[in-house]
Amino acid sequence: MSAPDPGPAPPPELPSGPGAAAILSAGFGCLVFGLLAFAGDASPAIKQAFILWKPSGPLSGVSSLAIVAWLFAWFILALLWARREINLAWVTAVSLAMLAAGLLLTFPPFMDLLQGK
Amino acid sequence: MEISYRELITVLHGMGFGALFMLAFSGAIGVIYATAVAGGRWPSSSPHIRMFRFYLISMSALAWLTVLSGTYLVYPWYRAKPPPGATDLAGFPQKLLMSSPHTAGWHSLGMEWKEHVSWFTPIAMTMVAYVFIHYGPQLARQRALRNVVLAFTAVAFLSTGVAGVFGAFLYSRAPVRGGPQVVLMGAN
Repeated sequence: MSAPDPGPAPPPELPSGPGAAAILSAGFGCLVFGLLAFAGDASPAIKQAFILWKPSGPLSGVSSLAIVAWLFAWFILALLWARREINLAWVTAVSLAMLAAGLLLTFPPFMDLLQGK
Repeated sequence: MEISYRELITVLHGMGFGALFMLAFSGAIGVIYATAVAGGRWPSSSPHIRMFRFYLISMSALAWLTVLSGTYLVYPWYRAKPPPGATDLAGFPQKLLMSSPHTAGWHSLGMEWKEHVSWFTPIAMTMVAYVFIHYGPQLARQRALRNVVLAFTAVAFLSTGVAGVFGAFLYSRAPVRGGPQVVLMGAN
């Protein structure tokens, strides 16, 4: 009597590096967005420099630069961590901290508070 | 029955892309949560995986369509500058709101927050879609990954909610109108 067929073997466990890269870069992108939005609000010269497309004003520059920063960070981290096991505890903590900071920096009353308005 | 071109695009931005995205959230959160309670048994078959991949990619695409149409189509009409000496500000929503202290806050708080925070949604949902597609059923065993994905999904929901609520209030007080009339239905 033969043993029952165990079925196909489960695929090997994927390393956490690619996921960590995606998560950390997303947090970084949100933080950069918040920082750029705040910088544009605080400085008229920076606000002017962010105008990449006049009809949308500074938002065109803030959003474009933040997206480039996010994708660049993701690309670099994905290359560095493609096959590595990364400690997800610190990636999670840092990503969520950057996300929270980014959120706060887009909130107009908080922007005003930081600028002493 | 007619509608102006700008109104049509604004409705497409808010109700077409944005509201559809909001409706899809409950499904996404439900499946992410299901991976937590199902543990190693999730998902049950490959068609489910394929369907959820398609679902998350569609959500991501909707998030991008919402912010891109908002930033590059609707927002320029919202912030259009009236000619010097203009007294009728009906076609210039931002200036109309700022012309009264009773409505200026809708711009200085509402639109200023909405225009920035809404961009967090496509960033977060692109990451969420990637992580789900990359790890697939293995995500059921990756508790830390799954939890942070849920947190980003929740923030994307919050960001879209802020943008949607302020968008509705802004539109009710200073609608974006103008452009050629589009006939939706002929008169009887």
